[in-house]
Amino acid sequence: MLPLVLDQVSFAVNGKTIIDRVSMEITEGPRTVILGPNGAGKSVLMRLCHGLFAPTSGTISWRGAANGRRRQAMVFQRPVLLRRSALDNIVYGLKLAGFSPRERELRARDVLEAVGLVNVAERPARVLSGGEQQKLALARAWALGPEVLFLDEPTANLDPGATRDVETIIGQIRAGGTKIVMATHNLGQAKRLGDEILYLNQGRLVEQTPVDRFFTKPASAEAEAFIRGELPWN
Amino acid sequence: MGEITLALEEAGRLIAAFDAKLMEIVFLSLRVSLTAVVIASVLGLPLGAAIAVGRFPGRQALIVILNALMGLPPVVVGLLVYLMLSRAGPLGQLGILFTPAAMVVAQTILILPIVAALSRQVIEDAWQEYREQLKSLGAGPMSSALTLLWDTRYSLVTIVLAGFGRAAAEVGAVMIVGGNIDGVTRVMTTAIALETSKGDLPLALGLGVILLSLVLALNAAAYRIKESAQRRYG
Repeated sequence: MLPLVLDQVSFAVNGKTIIDRVSMEITEGPRTVILGPNGAGKSVLMRLCHGLFAPTSGTISWRGAANGRRRQAMVFQRPVLLRRSALDNIVYGLKLAGFSPRERELRARDVLEAVGLVNVAERPARVLSGGEQQKLALARAWALGPEVLFLDEPTANLDPGATRDVETIIGQIRAGGTKIVMATHNLGQAKRLGDEILYLNQGRLVEQTPVDRFFTKPASAEAEAFIRGELPWN
Repeated sequence: MGEITLALEEAGRLIAAFDAKLMEIVFLSLRVSLTAVVIASVLGLPLGAAIAVGRFPGRQALIVILNALMGLPPVVVGLLVYLMLSRAGPLGQLGILFTPAAMVVAQTILILPIVAALSRQVIEDAWQEYREQLKSLGAGPMSSALTLLWDTRYSLVTIVLAGFGRAAAEVGAVMIVGGNIDGVTRVMTTAIALETSKGDLPLALGLGVILLSLVLALNAAAYRIKESAQRRYG
């Protein structure tokens, strides 16, 4: 279904422009990181790409061949888990995606194993720790076997240990052939997990650059200031 | 003062001895109100979920009306049902006026708005939290509504119990459409009203004690269910 092409996409709420004429292409290969300060519009841009919001103007189109099933998934900053067991949360997603009951159970067990949550499979999802909840949300998305996975600041609320686990899982998902598109404001994470950077500021796409070039020689003054400002904590 | 003490003692004896007349009244009360609450829940919970999740013209007006109907005066409901069911009324053919069936109809009308309006509120709050995640997983309106009904089940139990309490405690509607016929349509509240006016305080007080205990037990149950669910499922 990739590439995903945005053409002059704008999004406004009550007359306030949040995304301002963004044109870009998200292609199959590189891990894409959407970087930018708080309020830059990263989350909204991601929701537009995922189809949760419709653009106010402009077009968003998947140019590649689609093969029936819904082949994209998203993990949010704060995981929304259902009041049922960890396992059933994954089964729920698989059921909506049209997997057979047997397949649901198998796939759900597999991903729980892969993210290291087998021992809490039967526990109610909402009483798990913050890190476990986010891993479960990743597992639920992963189980669907998405071609593209959108991640909206998946580690913003997590401690360093859980952040490391989540980044490892993202690596595993990527290794399985899933395209990763992630929003973050954390430069270290962008370096670790990104191949290309989409730098966003005040709703505008300032630049789309390979990661090494972005950190050594950003094309825009805004991006340069952002990197410099962040360095002391990096 | 002495008279009240005597009456209370006598009431205690009636309860302890499972007095036949007393029990008959209590059981009819429970039968009528339980039937009403079951019907009101079967209709009201899906209605609440549909209004919470759906977007249609007149939705806001419907919510306002539903909220207003929570305060329906029982005597007015009784009067309206009486007019519908009386011989000359549009549903007079049914011949159910002054039967328990008429009382069930009246109480159902009385508590349906309570169940629907309160569940709409609970489900809509949950919907705010779940909306993006469910949409991302590909849930349509119908399946979202069902998911929300299940995920808010413990709050909904509280609402249903509140509805039952209201039905069991009201007197105006059942008095008018039931007629307070001894052995046929006499329930706790109408019996209390009658026995008090007749001066038979022991029976009235005995029924009062049972009614109060019932309401208290219901509230304790509602509280316990919510608490333990919160602890176990988050």
